[in-house]
Amino acid sequence: MSQTTLSGVRETTAEVPAIRLRNLTKTFGSKGFNETRAVDGVDLDIRQGEFFSMLGPSGSGKTTVLRLIAGFELPTSGTIELEGADVSGKAPFQRDVNTVFQDYALFPHMSLVDNVAYGLRVRGMKKAERRERAIESLERVQLGKFMQRRPSQLSGGQRQRVALARALVVEPKVLLLDEPLGALDLKLRQQMQIELKELQRSLGITFIFVTHDQEEALTMSDRIGVFNNGKLAQIGTAHEIYQRPTGAFVANFVGTSNLFGPDIAASLYQRGGQFVVRPERLTLDWTASTAKHDGAASLRGTVTSLVYVGHATQVRVALEGGPAVVVLVGSDLPDEASVVGKTVSVSWLDRDAVWLPDGN
Amino acid sequence: MRLSKSAKSILGVITGLVLLFIYAPLLLVVVNSFNSDKTFGWPPKGFTLEWWGRAFESEGVRSALVTSLWVAVVSTIISLVLGTLLALALQRYRFFGREAVNLLVILPIALPGIVTGIALNNMFTTILGVPLSMWTVVIAHATFCMVTVFNNVIARLRRVNSRLEEASADLGAGVFTTFRLVTFPQLRSALLAGGLLAFALSFDEIIVTTFTIGAGDTTLPIWILQNLFRPNQAPVVNVVAVVLIVVSIVPIYLAQRLSEDSVGVRRPAKVAA
Repeated sequence: MSQTTLSGVRETTAEVPAIRLRNLTKTFGSKGFNETRAVDGVDLDIRQGEFFSMLGPSGSGKTTVLRLIAGFELPTSGTIELEGADVSGKAPFQRDVNTVFQDYALFPHMSLVDNVAYGLRVRGMKKAERRERAIESLERVQLGKFMQRRPSQLSGGQRQRVALARALVVEPKVLLLDEPLGALDLKLRQQMQIELKELQRSLGITFIFVTHDQEEALTMSDRIGVFNNGKLAQIGTAHEIYQRPTGAFVANFVGTSNLFGPDIAASLYQRGGQFVVRPERLTLDWTASTAKHDGAASLRGTVTSLVYVGHATQVRVALEGGPAVVVLVGSDLPDEASVVGKTVSVSWLDRDAVWLPDGN
Repeated sequence: MRLSKSAKSILGVITGLVLLFIYAPLLLVVVNSFNSDKTFGWPPKGFTLEWWGRAFESEGVRSALVTSLWVAVVSTIISLVLGTLLALALQRYRFFGREAVNLLVILPIALPGIVTGIALNNMFTTILGVPLSMWTVVIAHATFCMVTVFNNVIARLRRVNSRLEEASADLGAGVFTTFRLVTFPQLRSALLAGGLLAFALSFDEIIVTTFTIGAGDTTLPIWILQNLFRPNQAPVVNVVAVVLIVVSIVPIYLAQRLSEDSVGVRRPAKVAA
């Protein structure tokens, strides 16, 4: 599936994105009355075989983008391409993408094997063959022995696996996952995160994963698109999103960030703009010394509260003439009563300050 | 809310009295259909099956029964189709005038039968110029029987996850396949309940029927009305009344039990492994 052009450059299908969104817009309600722009001019290329997460708070448009790709909603304007072919106006059953729904949407009147075989059945596959394929698929998610059960007899985690088996048995080009782990408890969720990632790697199918959980997105994804108000705020790898946020929204939504305003930027660095420093990049000095080191900055402040988070303690410090910041302290702390109200100094290396572009 | 013991017993007595007041007369009709005394004095003089035998031999009763059943079945079928389509349209889609259509669909059940009867009679005979027949009765009955189907189906649709239909489409099924394999199985018991109610409603309807039935046809309720004041027919009228009671009550009872069923959740038959 590759061709050599005259110039000798090899063009492979891998360079055609699995999904290409161009200026995708979706509005709900009537114009000029109660119109809301759920999705507002999104441009996005998702590569083949990629684990791509769409991250954002509720109402940020990420689920609507997913539903537009699936075909449950039609775009107000803009285009959706699936492997280079425009599918913008096509019905869901005409698109080679499948969805794992947030509430799984298993057919309650069918056994597991009939649920999984459904996609093959409506494609006209013979009963014996589709049963065999469905059983194989159920076995892959370790549910082979439950194939005659109904969805109501399963736990949440098991239903989740059936939904996955049902969507994958028809071999879609792209699998869409709408917060599929949201209803599971923490332990199961972490286990499913690993399983999903491994499954995606072994199948080589493009996964588009919608979540509002930044940790989930950071651990699982090849790349992440952060949504805010129907727009893409940033696209990048987990590392880029976390270490180099391009705006205050991303910096705050992905992990905790300490935002320093233009006043502090001017006094410390003699320049305009804002910058952020991650809590784990801040250092706390209990002696409140602000001795100037090369390549580092430090400010004095008062401890206002402590939050113990297991592996470390979050210390809140109200800086003098600056914002309240969160410092992550890994070592043992003196007891809370003696610390709160104490004057300390907070320092960081200049290279850990991430400057945000203007206008964000 | 907690009720005191005396309040409970007083309410119990009142409930008992009200129910007695409703059902004692019906019970009397049933008893009299087996009463050997032609004047129906109380207490009954003896037991007889004579009136039942005479009713079954009566040509008028038999043909009225067949007419009633036919009208009820056909108007129920029409109601099932139209009521389901309406419910799907109003529950699953958003369009201009949706609220208005919703109200207009439910209205016929609230309209006085005599108004519906006169209006339809007028339309059939003077405007459309259609001779009155069993078909005009069927159409008239369908206008309000449709409402019971519609109400049952729309109530069910509200509870059925619309994601199921999206999942079906997502997996490659077209609109009709989705209806056949996913939506319809979820609606089955609601359709049965709505259909049984529609059947019962049509089977004992008299007012609208009076205005829309052809000259040669008679339904069971109309037969009763025609024979009520003929002294020698009185015992047979009781028998026909009992038939009407049974054929109306049984579907209502079944319909009520069916609508209590939760959607698509069946008791686990057996737990595997």
